[in-house]
Amino acid sequence: MKFIIQVNKGPYQHQTADSAYQFISAALAKGHEVLRVFFYHDGVNNGTRLTAPPQDDRNVVHRWSALAAEHDLDLVICVAAAQRRGILDEREMNRLDKDAHNLAPGFRISGLGQLIEGVVLSDRLVVFGD
Amino acid sequence: MSILHTVNKSPFEKNNLESCLRYVKSGSAVLLIEDGIYAALKNTCFEKEMATAMKEVNFYCLAPDMKARGFSESKIMDGIKMVDYAGFVDLTIEYDKVQAWL
Repeated sequence: MKFIIQVNKGPYQHQTADSAYQFISAALAKGHEVLRVFFYHDGVNNGTRLTAPPQDDRNVVHRWSALAAEHDLDLVICVAAAQRRGILDEREMNRLDKDAHNLAPGFRISGLGQLIEGVVLSDRLVVFGD
Repeated sequence: MSILHTVNKSPFEKNNLESCLRYVKSGSAVLLIEDGIYAALKNTCFEKEMATAMKEVNFYCLAPDMKARGFSESKIMDGIKMVDYAGFVDLTIEYDKVQAWL
C-alpha cells in the first residue's frame, strides 16, 4: 500500500506531529510505502532546523530528518504556508532577499500540487491536525 | 464505499464527534485518537449516543493515546476495540478512505 500523509500542525503545538510520526513509523515497519509527507498550514514549522528543545525532550525536527534519511522519505513543505511563517531554503532566501535560511535536512519546499499529485499516486491519504 | 473516520477531539471540548456521527454510514468505522478517546469512556453523558451509533458502526480506540491519558482498558465501553499504531495502519487499509474530523 502507498500512503501520503498530511501534517497540519507544528511541533510542540499539538500532538499532531507525534501522531503522524508514530503512524508513519508503524506503516513503514509493516512494509508499506510512504510516498510523501506533506506539511501544510502551521505544519511547515516541522521543517525548521533552528529548533533547540531541551536535551531530555524529543527533538521533533531531528526525528523527521532521521526518518527521511533512513527510509528515503519525501518531506514536502508547502511554499505559501512556509513564506508566511519564515521557513526558507537557500533558494527562497535569495528569491525573497532575506538574510538567512532554516530548512532542516531531508525537507524540500514545493507547492500544493505535490499534495494533489501524491493523493493521485497513493492508495490512502491520512491527515493529522488539530 | 466504507470510510474510516478519525476523531481526535474530546466530545467535552468540540463537536467533531457529533458531526462525524451525523454523517457516518452503516458499515463504516470511527477510530478515536488523541483527545478523541474521551468519547470511549464508560458512564459519560455521551455513552448513550455512542451505544446507539455502535449498532451500525465499528468503533476503535487508539490504545497508546488512551494509556497516555491514564485510562486502562477497563474504563472503555464494551464493544469498542482497542488498536495500536500498527492496528491503525491496518484499519486505513481495511476501509476504502480515511476521513479526519479535525
